[in-house]
Amino acid sequence: MLKDQDRIFTNIYGLHDPLLAGAKSRGDWDGTKDILAKGRDWIVSNVKESGLRGRGGAGFGTGLKWSFMPKESDGRQHYLVVNADEGEPGTCKDREIMRHDPHKLVEGCLVASFAIGANTAYIYVRGEFYRETEVLQHAIDEAYEDGLIGENASGSGWDFELYIHRGMGAYICGEETALIESIEGKKGQPRLKPPFPANKGLYGCPSTVNNVESIAVIPEILRRGAVWFESLGRPNNTGTKLFNISGHVEQPCTVEEEMSIPLKELIDKHAGGVRGGWDNLLAIIPGGASVPCLTKGVCETVLMDFDSLKEQGSGLGTAAIMVMDKSTDIIAAISRLSAFYQHESCGQCTPCREGTGWMSRMMARMVAGNANLEEIDLLEQVTRQVEGHTICALGDAAAWPIQGLIKNFRPELEARIEQAKKNAVA
Amino acid sequence: MSTQLENFEQPDSFEFTLEVMEMAKAHISKYPEGRQASAVMALLDLAQRQHDGWLPRAAMDYVADFLGIPRIEAYEVATFYTMYNLEPVGKNHVQVCTNLPCWLRGSDQIIEAATRNLGIEVGETTDDGMFTISAMECLGACVNAPMMQINDDYYEDLDEISTESILTELKLGQTPKTGSQIDRKSCEPIGGLTSLNSDAGSD
Repeated sequence: MLKDQDRIFTNIYGLHDPLLAGAKSRGDWDGTKDILAKGRDWIVSNVKESGLRGRGGAGFGTGLKWSFMPKESDGRQHYLVVNADEGEPGTCKDREIMRHDPHKLVEGCLVASFAIGANTAYIYVRGEFYRETEVLQHAIDEAYEDGLIGENASGSGWDFELYIHRGMGAYICGEETALIESIEGKKGQPRLKPPFPANKGLYGCPSTVNNVESIAVIPEILRRGAVWFESLGRPNNTGTKLFNISGHVEQPCTVEEEMSIPLKELIDKHAGGVRGGWDNLLAIIPGGASVPCLTKGVCETVLMDFDSLKEQGSGLGTAAIMVMDKSTDIIAAISRLSAFYQHESCGQCTPCREGTGWMSRMMARMVAGNANLEEIDLLEQVTRQVEGHTICALGDAAAWPIQGLIKNFRPELEARIEQAKKNAVA
Repeated sequence: MSTQLENFEQPDSFEFTLEVMEMAKAHISKYPEGRQASAVMALLDLAQRQHDGWLPRAAMDYVADFLGIPRIEAYEVATFYTMYNLEPVGKNHVQVCTNLPCWLRGSDQIIEAATRNLGIEVGETTDDGMFTISAMECLGACVNAPMMQINDDYYEDLDEISTESILTELKLGQTPKTGSQIDRKSCEPIGGLTSLNSDAGSD
């Protein structure tokens, strides 16, 4: 188990002062000027060496992403955009960072912006997080007053402006180009890539979009050293990670643990175990609504990291773990997610706009067993027609939970249909 | 939306109060020169807050004109994002999360408790205009499920009893406790800390 001294988010539960005085006492804003004095290249190469992979779901190397930004400005501004549009069902980690450890994010914004040559950053916070936004804005105001950001930020000679842009309720804005569109004052509809944001992002300028957690861990990594971060977890899956454990566990919670911790150990140590005991487990969705569910057998041994979950046909995603015990109607559970994706499709690409509706309606029939056995394969086929055929990954995300259901729980689907037929005859 | 509001009236005109006008200008100043369209979301929200929690057509027109953008762009934004209410809503907008993590922990019962307590169905508003109930997608407080949002505040770790008592307090004009409704500060394990409990974790 991760030792407390290796934890980055030492106020994640909000038990201490979240604001500047408390944050400084926990080590935030310590030697920020010295970090910046080491230069852009040093920062980027250290973040690369730490092995930090993006914490928003896709797991792309943070340092590598930064290195795509132009080394010199061609006259255009550079922007850092922080994705705090936390809306992936099961996920509630960035909320805790913003309301309980906001200075880790503010300081991280300065360091990351400096590293990509940006004098301005926007944090895009989902609109429902109104109180969290108040705390974060308070932290930003404090940082300005203390000279930590603004002109000559932290005495570094670098000018840095930091603003919050509030979302207004659209899951799709968590997709980076939809988020950029939204900041520009438009509907949140994803853009085709390329061009990638590093070439043409916010206002047509070179931009980098990073998740809150990715940015908030940066100062601590640079203070303690890339080697420290890299020594935690496994190769290619390094560092610490915030996990959200929800659903049928005794003690749902958020906890920072070492990457690659076994899923079973994580649940038993921090969430009080599965409700009714481990043997009462039915399935777990390990990385937010968009990744396929795992059966109990896999959950016994799988490690909570990118590679281990990928090997099992699922993904780490946002590391939001939704536990379902044997009382769960797994078909209804996945159907609930299908309804969600239908609701959140932005409507731009036909396979997603029409397909999410198709899948949701078919899933609703599967819940009732109001289907023919062949329609299970038809449903699977529909998911394949949506997957990979859209501008953004929402179509994929809508397809994968259903694919996971069919792969892992086909007998349940068949039994439901058979039962419904019997009931109809009787 | 409920029957009594189907024929709601659209006001003829709208304008920011002086105080809100200052807030609007502050939002515009966050964006580069010529990029004032970026402030459309914030200004529509300000307009909604000024106008009893819903956004009339006149307010969309006003915000578009204020920013010097085509009115259609304000309509596009107002109709795309779900937090803009295009019809009147109750003074207390009771938004119950019904997505998977909340559903696994009994959001159906929370909906039942709310509809029973208020005497309306999901999507309806009480006759006195005090409450509207909506079923929501994930509100991002999943380890504190089930939960609901009422206006700007979250009420978490709910059960039927606490849900009803929150609504009853609001009816009486009281201010219910926000956040977790059980013996819990935020997202820590209920049974006691399993991390950050050594000296290294404290300040």
